[in-house]
Amino acid sequence: MRIKHWLAFFSVLFVATLTFVAAKGPTNIPMKAPPAPSRPAVVKAPPEPANDDCLACHGDPDAKSDTGRRIGVDPAKFTESVHGALDLKCVDCHADLKKTTDFPHPSKLAKVNCAGCHQEKVAEYDRSIHAAARRQSAGSVAATCVDCHGTHDIRQKTDPKSLTYPLNLPATCGRCHGDPDVIKQGHIQIGNVSDLYKDSIHGKAVSKSGLMVAANCTSCHGSHDIRKKSDPDSRVFRRNIPNVCGSCHEGIKAQYDNGVHGIANGRGNDKAPVCADCHTAHQIQRADVASWRLDTIRECGTCHADKITTYRDTFHGQVTSLGFVRVAACSDCHGAHDIHGKADPRSTVAPGNIVSTCRKCHPTAGENFAKYDPHADKHDKARNPVLFYAAGFMKWLLLGVFGVFGLHAVLWLPRGFRERRGQAKHS
Amino acid sequence: MSTPYVRRFDSFDRVLHGFLMLSFLGLAATGLPLIFSDQPWARRMTGILGSFEVAGWLHRVCATMLITVFAVHLSRLGRRLIFQRDFGLLWGPRSMVPQPRDLTDAVGHVKWFLGLGARPRFDRYTYWEKFDYWAVFWGMGIIGASGLLLWFPVFFANVVPGWFFNIALLVHGEEALLAVGFIFTMHFFNGHLRPEKFPMDRVIFTGRVSLEELEEERPSEYARLKASGGLAALQVPPPERWLVRLGTVIGTTAVSIGLLLVGFILYAVLT
Repeated sequence: MRIKHWLAFFSVLFVATLTFVAAKGPTNIPMKAPPAPSRPAVVKAPPEPANDDCLACHGDPDAKSDTGRRIGVDPAKFTESVHGALDLKCVDCHADLKKTTDFPHPSKLAKVNCAGCHQEKVAEYDRSIHAAARRQSAGSVAATCVDCHGTHDIRQKTDPKSLTYPLNLPATCGRCHGDPDVIKQGHIQIGNVSDLYKDSIHGKAVSKSGLMVAANCTSCHGSHDIRKKSDPDSRVFRRNIPNVCGSCHEGIKAQYDNGVHGIANGRGNDKAPVCADCHTAHQIQRADVASWRLDTIRECGTCHADKITTYRDTFHGQVTSLGFVRVAACSDCHGAHDIHGKADPRSTVAPGNIVSTCRKCHPTAGENFAKYDPHADKHDKARNPVLFYAAGFMKWLLLGVFGVFGLHAVLWLPRGFRERRGQAKHS
Repeated sequence: MSTPYVRRFDSFDRVLHGFLMLSFLGLAATGLPLIFSDQPWARRMTGILGSFEVAGWLHRVCATMLITVFAVHLSRLGRRLIFQRDFGLLWGPRSMVPQPRDLTDAVGHVKWFLGLGARPRFDRYTYWEKFDYWAVFWGMGIIGASGLLLWFPVFFANVVPGWFFNIALLVHGEEALLAVGFIFTMHFFNGHLRPEKFPMDRVIFTGRVSLEELEEERPSEYARLKASGGLAALQVPPPERWLVRLGTVIGTTAVSIGLLLVGFILYAVLT
């Protein structure tokens, strides 16, 4: 025991010396050098409790307190953790035990303050929705540092065993955001977002393909400073969404910024669609999935109500309404991310481009074919005069025929009954 | 004692009418879902068929059948006119062409409905039968032509401007609605469901009508045939039991499908 003590003392001294020597050079430790390890070299008495002092009681992972609370720490897990690798002492975090000499110590300890070392990250956290929820109600179950990072087993996010490793992160967030009790207590409006994400293209890329570059929760929401989507500073605030998506989908972002919707969004028009309006936030699908394509037509129609009405009157609109996508949907003619007004020569439906747009599906279409009106309106006399009169004629023809013959049948019916009774009597 | 029967429709016309029924029902069942594409039943019907491609393929198969029926009918008329010099097709009691008598018959019929006069003495084709015939005739022309236009749009765009397809789709759909609605309500009522005929008139399946019924329903034709001595030539044995049964099955099936489709249309229009 004493030899180990001395070994620990010297190793701490060694690290402390190294830290002082390397202070001017670049450090490969991504966080502030912990201030505590240097202290034993300076402060003489009383000596701080060493890890082994703590582990004497806490070293059994199944250890329990008088009240039955689990108080065990797995020494192996701690050694493997990022803090273990830095040879942090238990009392560096459990700082209120620094001067304790009398063991066992009182069971009620102060909460560990991560800000002692991670000041910046904790400051970010303090601005987050999680911190706000905790400030708002004492009993809040909103996440703190340990909920995402763990406690004695914290690992760097680049470590595949870390809770915050990109491929593990959705499950980590899902521990709360997939838990019905937490969702209820926290009044989380979106509900079980974990399940939604799991089935999305991003979720599958993480869980099935193991793609490190696939978007996980933090890619869009940030990590420590997650904010409400209604907060203009939130990464997922409506107007900021294209930037968030664009951080991976750069090429699409460039197209979007050039199109009418991107320009309108840039000007602060909140009616302009952003990525999530069509693609959704957590249920993003491949763009060739039929159900998604059909939903997108409806989405366009929420603003372009008159256009979807006239579209539904055409064969294209009828077939998509039946649930099939082999025919033209909005984006097939208008484009998706870089939609331009009809008057803009870049537009796919500009007079100069319309034939080639039709040819995407009708390869031999010509100028004459392109005079078809994919949004013909039978009520619009100025736009579609012949259609207007044809529709009027058909309406009156139907009303006339059914009116005359309907009346004819109504008059015939009672006479027919009388006739039948007569026949029966006759025979 | 067996009742004497006379022939009303020859076997060729009855088979032709059979194909007409089959293709018409097929066209209605595969076309209506498009007009009412926002209806749940429309999606289910297309789903049962597999996909809109399958529905579209069946629609075109039925269309080809119906166009063939129409062509065969026209060629039969042409043959009778040109080779047999049967000009009675064009005018007179054996003609489908509307004549002044049809107008007086119609007025007389309505008066009879109201108890204001005697039942008109109908001949071979009544005015409502003629209307049925010409409604279908006109419908085949309009729906057939607009349908072909929509079937081969790129080809026809060589001849007509693209906005013609807008008109074609509207007319095709509305005219189809008229045809389907008319056949499945008025034709069914006038031919089968009205009290005197209920549940159905099997003459289109057997081709035969009893002499008694002919005298009762078409006294003018009866008298004309009797006077010209043509009645004896038309006399046939009563229809076989299997033929009557077959007619019952086919007729009931067709009327049921038709009324179901009418129900769907009414549901869509009224909700």
